[in-house]
Amino acid sequence: MENVIEIENLKKSFNGSEVLKGISLTVKKGENLVVLGKSGQGKSVTIQCVVGMIEPDEGSIKVLNKEINELDEQELKDIRGRIGFLFQHAALYDSMTVRENLAFPLKRVLKVKDEAEIEQRSVEALEAVGLADAIDKMPSDLSGGQRKRMGLARTLIVKPEIILYDEPTTGLDTITSKEISRLILSIREKYKASSIIITHDMSCARITADRIVIMNDGKCIAEGTYEQLENSSDTFINSFFKI
Amino acid sequence: MKETITLKIKDLFEDIGNQATFVGSFFRNIFRNGFEWNELIRQCYLIGLKSLNIVLITGFVLGFVLTLQSLPTLQQFGAEGYVPNMVSISIFREIGPVITSLICAGKIASGIGAELGSMKVTEQIDAMDVSGANPIQYLVVTRILACTFMVPLLVLFADAVSLLGGYVGTSTAGGMTAALYFSKSFSSLVFSDFFPAFIKSIFFGFTIGFVGCYKGFKANKGTESVGIAANSAVVAASVWIIILDAVAVQLTSIFVYNQ
Repeated sequence: MENVIEIENLKKSFNGSEVLKGISLTVKKGENLVVLGKSGQGKSVTIQCVVGMIEPDEGSIKVLNKEINELDEQELKDIRGRIGFLFQHAALYDSMTVRENLAFPLKRVLKVKDEAEIEQRSVEALEAVGLADAIDKMPSDLSGGQRKRMGLARTLIVKPEIILYDEPTTGLDTITSKEISRLILSIREKYKASSIIITHDMSCARITADRIVIMNDGKCIAEGTYEQLENSSDTFINSFFKI
Repeated sequence: MKETITLKIKDLFEDIGNQATFVGSFFRNIFRNGFEWNELIRQCYLIGLKSLNIVLITGFVLGFVLTLQSLPTLQQFGAEGYVPNMVSISIFREIGPVITSLICAGKIASGIGAELGSMKVTEQIDAMDVSGANPIQYLVVTRILACTFMVPLLVLFADAVSLLGGYVGTSTAGGMTAALYFSKSFSSLVFSDFFPAFIKSIFFGFTIGFVGCYKGFKANKGTESVGIAANSAVVAASVWIIILDAVAVQLTSIFVYNQ
């Protein structure tokens, strides 16, 4: 199957401290790749490099067959329009209502002008995440789980080909975490999007992953399905799966 | 010690470079497709109309106090009839633009710095950026232009209300009729009193918007940086207004009054 993301030998340092020491990974079309690892191992930095938020020191990142580091400003904007990014705390625009949050990328990225189409797509995105009745609320009126759903709706509204999830279940209770994880899975079915999911939550990894990559000390040290890694004889890898 | 100084100088030049890049991206984005007219109008409302009360009160008190303070001195020389002339010229040329802009720096630059700083800290600006939208065009261009348009208008309102304050001050001290007061005020004003002051208030407005946006965008992660952004925006905008005013006064003296 075709690769939509290809990362090769990615290196990045901050103030002399090497965070990424040669990451290589691929994501296939329609695949959910979960990236596991302790805090500070560079998982979030990796996906920020994928969307060009951070420029790597070395290495290659190909997204949808385009080398991210070689794109000009407009080309980067165009490719970003095909990628969705769900931030850890959803990053909702807090001065706008849910409706305006959803209309924002439609008007500015997809240049949709027709108000009826904007309304229809907003409702559709909210229904996909089970938040249809929240359209006129302000972000401050939403609970933690609802904010994540709302962030997901804003990501989905542009129908991205790739979705990058930065710790989608952090700060949520167990039941809501499972709901969000199932939602991620249903979104893959509905939108046929490929995803990288950064998480610490093993329940989220088990529900969503087609394949898991484990990062440690700035490198990918293991790769496989949930079951393969769960039965690994390596004590470090195994430690993620033990309760 | 030497290393600290070297580091500070390096930081200073880096900051100057960043500001130059920021102002460059502002001008580039004004002329890009997809100008945010609705947001510009909203910002004009927030920056202009919402600052009007404080500007009017300050303007009125300025004229009132200036009159009451100068009246006894002028009376000693039998020159109390010149109070309207003195008040109108000093308000229109200098005090109106500078004090109004300093008030705006306190209210508007801090507001913009805190708002954008908070958006930066909560990753809202990053979210706009990675979605393919243009945060400079939506957040920065609209705010700087709104400040550049609205601060000169606020200065005009403050000038007008200052004259009214001056009249109230004169009449409290048992002075002259309204017709005489305003007639004297306007007869002493010429175009060269008004125009350079208006031009410099445009620059003051730009500075307030630019500094607020730059400090907000520069906020790094952490809630503390939001407070720092708001605070440093007020300080930097105020200092820049005073520096620009000194330059403007020199230029006006040379080119307008030929001194």
